[in-house]
Amino acid sequence: MSALHELEDMWHEAKADPQFQLELAGHRRAFIGRPTPLYAATRLSEHFGGTHIHLKREDLCHTGAHKLNNAVGQALLAVRMGKKRIIAETGAGQHGVATATVCARFGLDCTVYMGSEDMRRQSMNVRRMKLLGVEVVEVSSGSKTLKDAITEAIRDWVTNVRTTHYIIGSVVGPHPYPEMVRDLQRVIGDEAREQYMSLDGKLPDVVVACVGGGSNAIGVFTAFLDDRDVSLVGVEAAGRGIRSGEHAASLVGGRPGVLHGSYSYVLQDGDGQILPTHSISAGLDYPGVGPEHAFLRDIERVEYVAVGDEDALAAFKLCTRLEGIMPALEPAHAIHHAGVIAKELGPGGRILVCLSGRGDKDMDSVETPTKSEASPRLRGDPQKDAH
Amino acid sequence: MLTKVGRLEDALRAKNDLKLVPYIMAGHPTAKKSIEVGKRLAASGVAAIEIGIPHSDPLADGPVVQHAGQVALENGMTVSGALQVAAAVASEGVPVVLMTYINPVLSHDPRRFAAEAAQAGVAGVIVPDLPIEEAEPVAAWFRAASLDTVFMVAPTTPPDRISAIASHSSGFVYCVTLTGITGARKEMPEGMGDLLHQVRERTQLPVAAGFGISKPEHMKLLRGAADAAVVGSAIVDDIDHGGDALALVKELLKACR
Repeated sequence: MSALHELEDMWHEAKADPQFQLELAGHRRAFIGRPTPLYAATRLSEHFGGTHIHLKREDLCHTGAHKLNNAVGQALLAVRMGKKRIIAETGAGQHGVATATVCARFGLDCTVYMGSEDMRRQSMNVRRMKLLGVEVVEVSSGSKTLKDAITEAIRDWVTNVRTTHYIIGSVVGPHPYPEMVRDLQRVIGDEAREQYMSLDGKLPDVVVACVGGGSNAIGVFTAFLDDRDVSLVGVEAAGRGIRSGEHAASLVGGRPGVLHGSYSYVLQDGDGQILPTHSISAGLDYPGVGPEHAFLRDIERVEYVAVGDEDALAAFKLCTRLEGIMPALEPAHAIHHAGVIAKELGPGGRILVCLSGRGDKDMDSVETPTKSEASPRLRGDPQKDAH
Repeated sequence: MLTKVGRLEDALRAKNDLKLVPYIMAGHPTAKKSIEVGKRLAASGVAAIEIGIPHSDPLADGPVVQHAGQVALENGMTVSGALQVAAAVASEGVPVVLMTYINPVLSHDPRRFAAEAAQAGVAGVIVPDLPIEEAEPVAAWFRAASLDTVFMVAPTTPPDRISAIASHSSGFVYCVTLTGITGARKEMPEGMGDLLHQVRERTQLPVAAGFGISKPEHMKLLRGAADAAVVGSAIVDDIDHGGDALALVKELLKACR
């Protein structure tokens, strides 16, 4: 707790420091490549019946996903706190790569925890991290995915807390992490709102983002929370269908509980044991979700739905073929749902989708999507379950 | 807060010796076996027994206890089952402290959990992922059921927070002697004596040292510095290899005197 209190104080101090903000802005511009473009996806729009679909191109951030927004900010904070060693967990590998990248940039020691199942699914990112000089620790306890990597990273942190800063990759974990990561990711929505307004002075009807832990979604939603006419929709992973039990949709299919130090919606059995999850996308494969999403769900400001593996795969291919943009499997869930909303809105509707990362890392999953534990008996109709 | 000295407080206060609190995991390797071992240890002269409720995501535990929890869960152990194990061991007359993460308690319903634990004869509860800031109303429900609430102090805890944790605790104060997770260590960490001294200065309650303690030599170091020692992973490891940890516990007890 003392380390968390210290971190909270240090973050509030840094956030209020113009020098820190100036430095952060400089790294965003020159290192991350911000602002990222707002892109009119005209052929996708046409395909979905004429609703205008815009993509916020977080896939064009350096290292290929929105994760670097957070990693750069937290690395600057670590330097400010005098911590020389960084640890991180990673699911899809994007946060691990982002953290490895900032550690190379700022000359910090780095250890990344990654589930063995995810190391198999995301081998390219493992190779990238190793090239960046990081020690990747394979986690083979529990479900061997993101949840267990976070558990191991927290254990490392409590053991080495005096020398080490833990860069959590999403809006999860104990306070102040959900708040700090949101503060660092809200640049996505702040930029997108301004870019959208500059098109014709109007806001989108709907903003759609995928939700695993929920950092890109919080990042894009935050700027629009006070715009009551803008609907916000978070898309979770329905995996092989909510009813199959093989999914990762905490808000749609879970109930309140405590995981990794925050109280939120959690996938758990009747005895409070955390359940194994499934999603084709490693980045959404987490049994909890950021506590602010739980709040936004409960006050009904944001609607949360779930989209299954097969629909996400189809959206991945559709976006690649129609726009020449290969999305990561995570935002492919959001693209699929944007298509569903587009049919409701019809021509003239306006949808903003957060394209949180690029899809190169997912080549293996896309080419052989069900080679792991696929069971035909359990493959229902994910879309039907999801809505 | 308590007007009379509780069972745990009384049992764990060192006289001229160091008190020993062995830890076992409920349902490890099976419910039946954990009851047998628990009863045997209860009759061996230990001051109290800590019984873990298995959890899928035991953040504060090292590999040995995590593995024991996984085995227990695979063999069907539940929160209700763990309370039955606790009841059977408590019937031997030794105070039983439960160690559980907060989510199984919330899922079970904390009021029901408190009532059933008290019914089982449990003396107190340790919840390592429940900080004092977030402890109410769960801690109040525990107190209302006459269960002691034990909070943990770590080497990184600043002095004013040690006082706050001590004032929230009843039964005893659990002093985590190293920064990190449970699991046997060869050496006791430097600064352990200072930490125990700081805690003892700030509370009237007995102070138990835990995490990393596994050997008779450790007992000798702790005598005079702490009231009690909690030994977990070394005992759980012995049980995991088919033993009942009785020989180890007897050896540890000898070093306590």
